Amino acid sequence: MEHTPLKERSNTVNYQLNDRQRWMSVMAKSSGELLHNLSDSLIDTAQFETIRAPEVGLTQVRARMGGTGSQFNLGDMTITRCVVRSIAGHYGYSYIAGRNKAHALRAAELDALLQSSNNGSTIRQQVIELLEEQLMREQQQKTAETSTTKVNFFTLVRGED
Amino acid sequence: MYVAVKGGEQAITNAHQLLAKRRRGDTSVAALSVKQISEQLSLAVDRVMTEGSIYDRELAALAIKQSAGDLVEAIFLLRAYRTTLSRFYTSEPINTTQMQVERRISATFKDLPGGQVLGSTFDYTHRLLDFKLLAEDGIATPSASVAATTEQTSASEQASEPEPEKMTRVLKMLEREGLLVEETDDDSTPADVTQDPPTYPCDRSARLQSLVRGDEGFLLALGYSTQRGYGRNHPFAGEIRTGEVDVAITPDELGFSIDIGTIQVTECEMINGFSKLEDNDVKFTRGYGLAFGQSERKTLSMGLVDRALQAERYDEERISPAQQEEFVLSHCDNVEASGFVSHLKLPHYVDFQAELELLRRLRKENPTSAKPVTPVQEKGE
Repeated sequence: MEHTPLKERSNTVNYQLNDRQRWMSVMAKSSGELLHNLSDSLIDTAQFETIRAPEVGLTQVRARMGGTGSQFNLGDMTITRCVVRSIAGHYGYSYIAGRNKAHALRAAELDALLQSSNNGSTIRQQVIELLEEQLMREQQQKTAETSTTKVNFFTLVRGED
Repeated sequence: MYVAVKGGEQAITNAHQLLAKRRRGDTSVAALSVKQISEQLSLAVDRVMTEGSIYDRELAALAIKQSAGDLVEAIFLLRAYRTTLSRFYTSEPINTTQMQVERRISATFKDLPGGQVLGSTFDYTHRLLDFKLLAEDGIATPSASVAATTEQTSASEQASEPEPEKMTRVLKMLEREGLLVEETDDDSTPADVTQDPPTYPCDRSARLQSLVRGDEGFLLALGYSTQRGYGRNHPFAGEIRTGEVDVAITPDELGFSIDIGTIQVTECEMINGFSKLEDNDVKFTRGYGLAFGQSERKTLSMGLVDRALQAERYDEERISPAQQEEFVLSHCDNVEASGFVSHLKLPHYVDFQAELELLRRLRKENPTSAKPVTPVQEKGE
């Protein structure tokens, strides 16, 4: 590995691991455009050192036979990953489906800031929570559209009765 | 002996320029954007992603644009691009039970937990050309009636179902009763045909991976052949579902799992005729189909072929094409197949000359057949 001190440094940890998993996942699933719009005013991009510039590669997607059985390889998907270090010394990581390097860079920067006690909670409120709401709205919209197509089939009795 | 040909550089350059021109078509008609293809030819995009073996809508749409809509060519482009990327991670297995369902039907049970949801489908359409689309120009307007019903129903439905329903698997019901062969995880590492070409007989994980990448038309024909009696396995579509699933990875440097995004997949679980098992029990058997995007025909075909290829496991005689593992897997890839078929277009002048000479000599040695009608033209070889 080109950047050795990758394991979390002994910075004071200001967050729960669950929280970090959640914000990283939310930023990955959200649109890059919205992520930028929400966070542009909260971030000074000069304050980060690039540890691993955004790079595009593949993730092999696994699935299970019959949905629940042994694994097999379904195919690959594109992924962009990035690592930065904030001035406070936090390492920010991102792993984002697709090939949007700007999205990956911003997500990594925010991941670093979210780990700090200074501006973590502001970003949580003004970015992560809004992104989550948007994801939820999209999901509800889809569910609503889908539920209009719910059917009940009736079986007709054949022959004489 | 292979003899190379040379020359023709200028003609080749000109041919490529002409291709670019023809691909663009009439320049007085607006150019098609990659975004338009991705949004409005989404089922073509799904097929190219599945057989091209990369989930990336934009890349697949670009490939379709570049190939002027020749999907096999687009799949080839995507596979070629694939080789330029390194593989960083392997995902945790996707959980299709937790799918955000956009469509879910069963042909075996009328009443299901979560119900039957048609989603967007060509099923029950009359296959009449819709000339309204011909008149459509510019900004499309979504059909008013659909929008209205969406609102009405969503208001009433949302009251009763605030949470998106997680739909339980149909085949689990049969498993619980012991009527269906179970799919259990044996914790083995799956084969990867992109790293190690399959050797026969091969593992089911290698078969399924090859079938996902396999040509839809070829698998459709093989699946159809099993229904017509060539390796009959008496199928029912137990459950078909389409929707989005989360993809999670655990990067070594983090040591914990995170979602990197969602992908849309289609899954088909086939319930097949019952069979006597090793322990003398009798159960329904099963076939599995899975693909990127909304690829229903593909997954149905895959499910049929997957079942046919389990002939050995159920002690069935392999007498039909769909049951022949090596035959199916070594011919289902359309990039390989079109490569070898298309190479016939390349110059074979010297090869053919040798055949020609041989035939002439044979006919000369056997005077009864040596009655030339007209001499074969040799110019331009």
